[in-house]
Amino acid sequence: MAEEHHKRPVKMPQLNIKIIRLIAAFVVLVLLILRIHNVALESQLGASTWLRLSVSGLIIGGMYALIAIGYTLVYGILFMINFAHGEVMMIGSFGGYFVFEAFNAIPVTLHDGTQISFLNAQPVIAILLAFLIGMGIAALTGYFLEKIAYRPLRGAPRLVPLISAIGASIFLQNAGQLLFGPQRRQYINPVIIDRGLGWQIPIAGTKVLLTYSGIFSLVLSATLMVALYLLVQRTKLGRAMRAVAQDKRTAALMGINVDKIISQTFVISGALAGSAGVMWGIHNGLTNYFVGFLPGIKAFTAAVLGGIGNIPGAMIGGLFLGIVESIGPAALGIDFQLQDVIAFSILILVLILRPSGILGEALTEEKV
Amino acid sequence: MMMLDVQGINVYYGAIHALKGISFHLNEGEIVALIGANGAGKSTSLSAISRVISTRSGAIFYKGESIINTPPQDIVTRRIIQVPEGRRIFPRMSVVENLEMGAYIHNDRGKIEKNMEAMFARFPRLRERRKQLGGTLSGGEQQMLAIARGLMAEPELLLLDEPSMGLAPIIVEQIFDIIQDINQHGTSILLVEQNAQMALSIANRGYVLETGRVVLEGSADDLLDNPHVQEAYLGGGG
Ligand SMILES: Nc1ncnc2c1ncn2[C@@H]1O[C@H](COP(=O)(O)OP(=O)(O)O)[C@@H](O)[C@H]1O
Ligand SMILES: [Mg+2]
Repeated sequence: MAEEHHKRPVKMPQLNIKIIRLIAAFVVLVLLILRIHNVALESQLGASTWLRLSVSGLIIGGMYALIAIGYTLVYGILFMINFAHGEVMMIGSFGGYFVFEAFNAIPVTLHDGTQISFLNAQPVIAILLAFLIGMGIAALTGYFLEKIAYRPLRGAPRLVPLISAIGASIFLQNAGQLLFGPQRRQYINPVIIDRGLGWQIPIAGTKVLLTYSGIFSLVLSATLMVALYLLVQRTKLGRAMRAVAQDKRTAALMGINVDKIISQTFVISGALAGSAGVMWGIHNGLTNYFVGFLPGIKAFTAAVLGGIGNIPGAMIGGLFLGIVESIGPAALGIDFQLQDVIAFSILILVLILRPSGILGEALTEEKV
Repeated sequence: MMMLDVQGINVYYGAIHALKGISFHLNEGEIVALIGANGAGKSTSLSAISRVISTRSGAIFYKGESIINTPPQDIVTRRIIQVPEGRRIFPRMSVVENLEMGAYIHNDRGKIEKNMEAMFARFPRLRERRKQLGGTLSGGEQQMLAIARGLMAEPELLLLDEPSMGLAPIIVEQIFDIIQDINQHGTSILLVEQNAQMALSIANRGYVLETGRVVLEGSADDLLDNPHVQEAYLGGGG
C-alpha cells in the first residue's frame, strides 16, 4: 500500500549486490537441501508427525498472520514499524483471560443438581465476550498508542517515531507486569474449545489429534482475515484507508479526515492483534506480560516476508512462517527449542536476499 | 455576488515566504484565472483555500463566512473542490474507485451511480477503462479522470490547478471545452494556469502572480491586451 519510490543506487554496486545475493541464496539453498535430505533419509518420523507439525504450525501461523496485518496496515499508512504491536496483542490476551476467569468463578447448578461453572454452562457467551473484551481493549490500546506516541511525531524524521515505538513497547510491557504481575497465568478454556480434547484424524496407522482449541483458532483466524480483506477492498472505510495510504494530501482533498482514518487503522490493527492474543491464550494455555514479545517479532518477520505494506502478503507470510518454524526443527534434525532461531534466520535472510518480501516492495533504510 | 474572497494571505514554507499578502476574489458563476510563472504561488493559493496548508495571516471568506479555521474535509463538504496539480490520481485504484473517492462526502448511492453515469457520458474514454488502475492511464486520461473525480463531489466552486500541464494541444483544447461547459452548468471556477493564453481565453477575469504577489488584475480581455502580460506570458511582442 506504500506510495514512495526508493532512490535507485548507481548501477555498478547494485549489480555486485545482486550477484552476491544470488551466490548467498544459492549456498543457503544447497546447504538446506543437503541437510533436509540427510535428515529425511535417517528420519524415523512418520507421515502422522509431519501432519501434526504442519497443522500446529498453520494454527500458530494464523495468529502470526493476524498480528502481521497490523504491522502492514500501519506501515502502509505511516511508513513506520509499530514495534509496540506485540504488546497490543498481550493486552488483548489478558482481556480474554479475565473474562474466562470471571465466568469460571460463577457456579451454576443444573436441573440434576450437578454444579458447573458459568464458563461451561454458557460457553458461547463466554467466548464471544472474551473476544469482544480482548479485541476491544487491544483496539483502545492501539488507538491511544497512536494518539500519544506517534501523532505528535508526525512529520518528524523516520527514526523518531521508531524510537518512540520501542519506548512504547517497553512501557506497555512494564505496565503489563505491574498490572498483571510477573507470573505466567493459565488460560481456562470452556470445554468446547478444550486444548486436550479434539478430533482424532486417522493417518498411516496412527491417529493425529486435532484439538478443539486449534480448530477453533484456525477457523476464527481465517474468518477474520477474509473479513479484513473484504473491509479493505469493498467498504468505504477500506477505500479511504487505501486512499490515505496512497496519497494523504489528495485523500484530504476528497474530503477524507486523514487523522480519523489513521486512528481507525490503529483500531482495526489493534483489534486483530487482540484476537490473536486471545487465541494464543486459548490454544497455548498461558499468558503473561511478555507473551506478545516473540509473536510480535515473528509477525513482523511475516509482514516483511510477505512484503511490508501488502495485506495478502502479511497473511501468507504469517501462515508460511508458522508452518516453517513448526516443521523446521524436525526437517533439519535440530532441537525443537531452536524454533525461534528459524524464524529469526528467515528474517535475516529475507532482509539480505529479498528485502521486498515475496509479494511486496522494498523495505529500505529510508522506509524503516 | 462575491463567492470567494481572499484577503491578504501570507503563507510560509519554513523560511520561504511563498504568498506575500495575496488578495483576489471570485463572483458566483465566474471563471477566474490565476496566471503566473512556475513558483509564483498559484498552487499554494489553491492549497490555502482548500486548507491543506496553513496561512500565517490574512482572511478567506466563502459565501460571506470565514473558512480560515475550517479543516480540509469540511471545505470539501462545503463543495469547494480542488483538482490538484499533476492530477494526483490514486494509482492503485481503478477508474471507478477513483470516482468513488471523489464522491466520498456523499452517501446517497443512487445519486453517486447517477453522477458516475454522467461522468462516463461526458468522458467516454473513462467508461472504456473503468476497471483499469489509475496509474496505468495516459496523461490525458488521468486529467479527465481527475476532473471527473472532482465533479463527483458536486462542486459549487472548482479549483483547477494547471489542467493543461504536460498534455498535447488537442487534448488541452478538449479539456478547456469541458471546463467551459462545466462552468455553463453553474459551477464557478478558479483556474490556475501557466498557459495564460488558453486560461484568459475562457476566463471572465484574471490575476497575474509574480513571486508571491498579485502584480496585475483585470478582465480577461484587458489582460490579454496588456503589454506586460503579452511580454511575459504570451510569447512576447504580440
Ligand atoms: N512543499 C514546499 N516546501 C517548500 N517550498 C515550497 C513548497 N511548495 C512550494 N514551495 C515554494 O513556494 C513557492 C510557490 O510555489 P507554488 O505555489 O507551487 O508555485 P506555482 O504553483 O505558482 O508554481 C515557490 O517558491 C516554491 O518553491
Ligand atoms: Mg503549481
